[in-house]
Amino acid sequence: MNTESWVFLLLASFLASTVEMVEALTIVLAAGVTRGWRSSLIGVGVAVVVLAAITAILGPTLTLIPINALRLFVGGLLLVFGLQWLRKAILRASGYKATRNEAALYEKELAAARAQGTTVRAGLDWYAFTLCFKGVLLEGLEVVFIVITFGATANQVPLAALGAAIALVLVLSIGFIVHRPLSRVPENALKYGVGILLTSFGTFWAVEGLGINWPGSDVAILALIGVYLVVSFAYVGALRRLRAAAAARQAVAA
Amino acid sequence: MSFIINFAKFWYDFIIGDDWMIAAAVVAALILIGLLAHAQIIAAWWLLPLVVFLFLGLSLWRAIRASQSH
Repeated sequence: MNTESWVFLLLASFLASTVEMVEALTIVLAAGVTRGWRSSLIGVGVAVVVLAAITAILGPTLTLIPINALRLFVGGLLLVFGLQWLRKAILRASGYKATRNEAALYEKELAAARAQGTTVRAGLDWYAFTLCFKGVLLEGLEVVFIVITFGATANQVPLAALGAAIALVLVLSIGFIVHRPLSRVPENALKYGVGILLTSFGTFWAVEGLGINWPGSDVAILALIGVYLVVSFAYVGALRRLRAAAAARQAVAA
Repeated sequence: MSFIINFAKFWYDFIIGDDWMIAAAVVAALILIGLLAHAQIIAAWWLLPLVVFLFLGLSLWRAIRASQSH
């Protein structure tokens, strides 16, 4: 892979990890503030160990698969997965789907955590432990999926893991300083970017996995990113016009 | 049994998500591209971006129609 592709690989891993970690931080903060930090942080720690074990087992295992089969399989998965992100991001950007509001979700989590009774077993508040464990594990699985698939297919697992590690340090540091959910992070824009990158790399690798060479080799990834950006912007524009027209019709009817 | 169902449902939601049609279209396109390449008819690298363009649009249209019917 050329330098540009490495940069985009690092960027995809970093952006996807940032989005997921911001979401996990909201859950952990709510649990920590209302239920205490000890059980919450133990829940986070256990989830991180499970995620690290999954990465340690699956990462090297994937590299044993022949490269073309791996690229076809992983490329197809990334393409389907990326289109899911992109579809939601387009619907959000055009107003057809509500954008995620970390501040509101944080308040909701706070209220839910306060309403729960306290069950202490083995010295742990099980509500806080389970909430943090599940939250970090589920959000982290997407990070692990992207790091492993991207890393193994490009033979750059350490680079993909570096992107995730930078995101982890950044989100944790900011979360520690502000002690509030990171509601100012432009989550939809990040998810849009991740959707474009996953879709582009997925398309590239799936076709290469079939033994077909792209014109321009790795440069085709940049072309795919450009094409998908233009296509998605066109869809956002079209959907916004549709929405405005529907609102105007409703106003006339009223 | 419920564990297996929940496990399968989790991975279905995780990978495929709200619209199975996109996943089906990607798989069908990859099979077609593979067959065309295997038969040495054409290197149809352009087919996958075209399928993405068409089926992403179709999926968005289905999502809007579903939201309007609610």
